[in-house]
Amino acid sequence: MAQIVIKNLRKEFGAFTAVQSSSFTIEDGEFFMLLGPSGCGKTTTLRMIAGLELPTSGEIFINGDEVSQKPASQRDIAFVFQMFALYPHMNVRKNISYPLISQGMPRQMVRAKVAEVADILGITHILDKPVGGLSGGDRQRVALGRAIVRDPACFLMDEPLGALDAEFREHMAVELRALHDRMGATTVYVTHDQLEAMQMGDKIAVMNHGVVEQFGKPQDIYDWPATTFVARFIGSPAMNLLAFEGALAAGAVQVDLGGAGVEMPALRQGASGALHLGLRPEYVTLDDAAPYRGCVTGVEYLGATQIITLETLCGPIKARMSSDVIVPMGAQTGLRFDARAISIFGHDGRAVLSAVNEKVLSHG
Amino acid sequence: MADIVLQNLSKSFGKVQALQDLSLTIPDGSFVVLLGPTGAGKTTLLRLVAGLERADQGDIIIGGQSVRDYTPAQRNMAMVFQQYSLYPHLTVRENMEFPLKSPLLKTPRDEMNRKVAEVAQMLQISHKLDNRATALSGGEMQRVSIGRALVRSPLAYLMDEPLSSLDAKLRADLRVELKNIQANLGATFIYVTHDQIEAMTMATHIGVLQEGRLVQFGTPREIYEQPVSIYAASRLGQPHINILPADLFGPAPARAVYIGLRPEHIRQGQGMESTVKRVERLGDQTRLHLEIAGQGLVTVTDAHTSLTAGDIVKIQPQNAYYFDASGNRIV
Repeated sequence: MAQIVIKNLRKEFGAFTAVQSSSFTIEDGEFFMLLGPSGCGKTTTLRMIAGLELPTSGEIFINGDEVSQKPASQRDIAFVFQMFALYPHMNVRKNISYPLISQGMPRQMVRAKVAEVADILGITHILDKPVGGLSGGDRQRVALGRAIVRDPACFLMDEPLGALDAEFREHMAVELRALHDRMGATTVYVTHDQLEAMQMGDKIAVMNHGVVEQFGKPQDIYDWPATTFVARFIGSPAMNLLAFEGALAAGAVQVDLGGAGVEMPALRQGASGALHLGLRPEYVTLDDAAPYRGCVTGVEYLGATQIITLETLCGPIKARMSSDVIVPMGAQTGLRFDARAISIFGHDGRAVLSAVNEKVLSHG
Repeated sequence: MADIVLQNLSKSFGKVQALQDLSLTIPDGSFVVLLGPTGAGKTTLLRLVAGLERADQGDIIIGGQSVRDYTPAQRNMAMVFQQYSLYPHLTVRENMEFPLKSPLLKTPRDEMNRKVAEVAQMLQISHKLDNRATALSGGEMQRVSIGRALVRSPLAYLMDEPLSSLDAKLRADLRVELKNIQANLGATFIYVTHDQIEAMTMATHIGVLQEGRLVQFGTPREIYEQPVSIYAASRLGQPHINILPADLFGPAPARAVYIGLRPEHIRQGQGMESTVKRVERLGDQTRLHLEIAGQGLVTVTDAHTSLTAGDIVKIQPQNAYYFDASGNRIV
């Protein structure tokens, strides 16, 4: 069991700053995702928590204990790497037993412990097989078994599913999350896949250029991104961002998009200059009576739903809707926005506080 | 331009039967996506059309003429491989011009410049044209190799998972671009992927391959809405179609062994009680992992649902599919 508190954590490699003064708290038992594009500092952050890198400055508390300068072996954590390295000359049982035997645990206890872990992972039937002939999924499970068997306070995982194909990754993601729900150990998980982060995480920290752009619950981050980076990075397709010039006072409830008035939640702050209106594709509907207009440039069939792309005065926009609606290419149509889901971003790319996002953004 | 007709193609590699008696007509101007897991025969089929492999049996007819004995060059196809292969000593521009300089084409200089500039812009690599091919990232190299195919006007473009090495954002952009290019040129594309989003969004026709055989051929909507088997139904749809015992919700048609339910085939609010095992919030939708009579299934619900694990949801099938013991659809 572990609560992990990160305070002003910073890591420089020579002139390059990999992580710039990050702070966040990982609660006991949480499945916590560090999400971002390659080079954003997520793996470096994980390695500092693990003790594989020493921070340039800042603190890491595990259960109140400041560990940032302690060696990895004194932190009671288990690290699951991207490339699962199993001992090829040992069978499954020996691979899983290894961490316990090297701790000097009595044989009888090791046997019981391994049996328990194998049962949790559903690999009891392969315990005496060599690891060489195993399927990808079973290798993954054995590697997890080796991490679980030590009963660490916390698991750290660096893109453990990265090498798998899409279908199998989905399956393992569900399995991994179910495993976490059974064991309840704090897990810190690095990924660049926003869907994986949404799907598995209790909380997400979205990183970019060494900075934590936002940290919170997946649905909150999806609904109310703190920055245009988060708006673009989370969601597939990304949040629509319409560019416009404007001067909005605190209390404003409408924006002018090229002459068309669009309703929005009341702003709590003013904003002016080059602004963006953000809206997720599922909150855009086609309605010929709406004043803001677009021309259909793409229709993407996705089974139950479809994505319609339209060119508009303030930039391209995507709408997600039922595939029962027939939308011809080249059609001119009005676009209706669900006002309750609109975000406004200032010229600095940060979300402007409004009646709907302030609950999520003002304390984050 | 003409249809490409594949007649009874078979191909083995040693003991492995890669393709078995496969017949398929690729209409002129269509975007055909071959869909199937690793080993289904997709790449082999593409290589047979390109002339890189020779069929053991069967024929390929283009414009009424067998091209069985044609060399790859005579077949006039442009192929993009999954693993890009560029000329390392040439610049991006020179790599893209290369096919146009072929003695068969002898393209004039200004037309060559125009073509390269146009394709480079589409692929977002205009600013890299004078870089060495080796000074590019993996994603950029793959775009150059796509560009090298697109500067030509071949009989058909053959592409083997061309986008799989690119990041998500670029993949989404190029999906739309390739589709537009194909539609605007009226060109024929044969495109191999195991990414169902690519298949559904780009294809005019999808060919579903299973162990070297073509099991279904139709529009994405036909394959999604009218699958011929559990296998075909499982190729498309996220979350996956749920396959459950046929009589789970009540009487099933004769011979039915399985009921297949896509998330939109599960009506919530009435019917049998199921238990919520897990709620997965994906942002635009929320997936419910349910348990009913010891069986697990996944459906989708409103993004902001208040349901949590342990809650009871009543569900009922609506427009379900039924399959027989061997997984074939009962219509």
